[in-house]
Amino acid sequence: MSSTPLVAIRSLNKSYSRGSQIIQVLDDINLDIREGEFLALMGPSGSGKSTLLNLIAGIDKPDSGSVNVGGIDITTLSETDLAYWRANNVGFIFQFYNLIPVLTAFENVELPLLLTSLSRKERQEHAEAALRAVNLEDRMEHYPSQLSGGQQQRVAIARAVVTDPAILVADEPTGDLDKVSATDILELMRRLNDELGKTIIMVTHDPRAAEKARIIKHLEKGIMNEH
Amino acid sequence: MSIKLIAKNAFRHKLRTMLTIAGITVAILAFGLLRTVVSAWYAGVDASSASRLVTRNSISLIFTMPVAYKEKIRQISGVKLVSYGRWFGGVYIEHKNFFPNFAVEAKSYLELYPEFILDDREKAEFLRDRKSCIVGRKLANRFGWKIGDTIPLKGIIFPGNYEFVLKGVYQGRDKSTDETQLIFHWDYLNERLKKEMPLRADQAGFYMIGIDNPDLASSVSEAVDRTFKNSLAETLTETEKAFQMSFVSMTEAIVIAIRTVSYVVIFIIMAVMANTMAMTVRERLGEYAVFKTLGFGGRHIAVMILGESLVISLIGTAIGIGLTFPVARIFGNALDNFFPIFNVSAETVYMDIAAGLLVGLSAAALPVWRAVRVPIAEGLRRIG
Repeated sequence: MSSTPLVAIRSLNKSYSRGSQIIQVLDDINLDIREGEFLALMGPSGSGKSTLLNLIAGIDKPDSGSVNVGGIDITTLSETDLAYWRANNVGFIFQFYNLIPVLTAFENVELPLLLTSLSRKERQEHAEAALRAVNLEDRMEHYPSQLSGGQQQRVAIARAVVTDPAILVADEPTGDLDKVSATDILELMRRLNDELGKTIIMVTHDPRAAEKARIIKHLEKGIMNEH
Repeated sequence: MSIKLIAKNAFRHKLRTMLTIAGITVAILAFGLLRTVVSAWYAGVDASSASRLVTRNSISLIFTMPVAYKEKIRQISGVKLVSYGRWFGGVYIEHKNFFPNFAVEAKSYLELYPEFILDDREKAEFLRDRKSCIVGRKLANRFGWKIGDTIPLKGIIFPGNYEFVLKGVYQGRDKSTDETQLIFHWDYLNERLKKEMPLRADQAGFYMIGIDNPDLASSVSEAVDRTFKNSLAETLTETEKAFQMSFVSMTEAIVIAIRTVSYVVIFIIMAVMANTMAMTVRERLGEYAVFKTLGFGGRHIAVMILGESLVISLIGTAIGIGLTFPVARIFGNALDNFFPIFNVSAETVYMDIAAGLLVGLSAAALPVWRAVRVPIAEGLRRIG
């Protein structure tokens, strides 16, 4: 594990306005995440953990502060540059899988590769390898509706890792799964961290899920508590 | 993948897509037919030749001119050929069987109308027999007439019963050539008039003038009218196109109304299509947020939505165009009396395609704007 932080967050603030009311979601957050870490962000609903994850992943903009990932302050990037950055550096795992229903498992995994310069054959090899890694090589031509929740989440993980991103961000990845499937998914994520050295940032409110992480951070009312 | 995704997305809600396609098909069909009606209105204008002039009595078309004008017109510089005739307006059995019928100076008339393709033998027979006539192919088919048949016409303008022996059936050289006319010899009518209504004999309703050079149409027209100035029957000479246009302009309000309705049809389907695309995009805002999260930019999202809108719109357009031809044929046959030329023109097909593209693009414009602008975090909140 490198000593230089892969993600360095400094004085991060984010608020939303609801009518005339301003709600401070994140309040002066400072956080370092080193390469190869498996970090769990915990906290009650509305604590700001998903907002922090979105800011680290470059899908939202802060009011102030910086999010430095791999030497780049992503808060300064334009929308176009940020989209390019996300495509190359971040893999996403969502609570509700968010697979495209009209595409097969293989096509869903191939999707992020369409933004690369890989040939059709290379894309096929990469997508098949990712699906093999999540033990779904026999479900490649299945549509999401033909897969169980656990299988869909494994397809989503294959989609997240297929471009070999520096960071994997997971927002409640087991929140919509039964206990067996949840354990299965957490084992898979742990394996990605152990064997492939993937840096994983996971938002969860499930203590059993958080146990799989190496580091646990708590957020409460937008303030980071060290544990 | 993009094309595949666009095609799959387009048929995600099969019923909605099929109903939208059906709506576009009907709209394009209606648009095509209305445009064809407008074209049919102008068929006479389109079929007119730039090297033919028409001379009529300057007061009105219903007034005649002495047939002796022919030689005077012939002598005017730039005039190559002169023919003349009269609108006969005879009725075949009953009024509903209307078709145009003219008494003309046959030899020169056929020379002036090379687009009437007539077999040499039939032409010779027609020119030889003064009681004969020729008809257009469509007219012969309509009544099942064959060469040698006797065609009785009841004179309305020239009271009496007239019988003509069919000696030839002409075909149009061009698609725009009228094949619904009956033409017979002016001499035959004139002989009857000399006996029965001598005051109406030796008169022409119109002169057709063939000119050497279409560029001289204006100067020749002026020269003809100058020749007969201050005579008992002053003339008005104009190009055949202008002559035909004068008929169309009498009914211009109808043409404008038909044109307006055709555009309204397209506007309505544009609104229907826009509603379909707005619903589709609203349902998929979360999905577009996922695409954006994966790194797809606004351009990709726009291509997906525009592509889907165009696929639906152009499928409807293609089916609509495909149906326009057989439906126009049925319409054309049913409305033969009113529209002798009822062809779907290439211009109409191009306008159909343009309308289809316009519907597809404009229907997607607002949804694209919305999908591209919605923040990812907001889009993702719509899932679950």
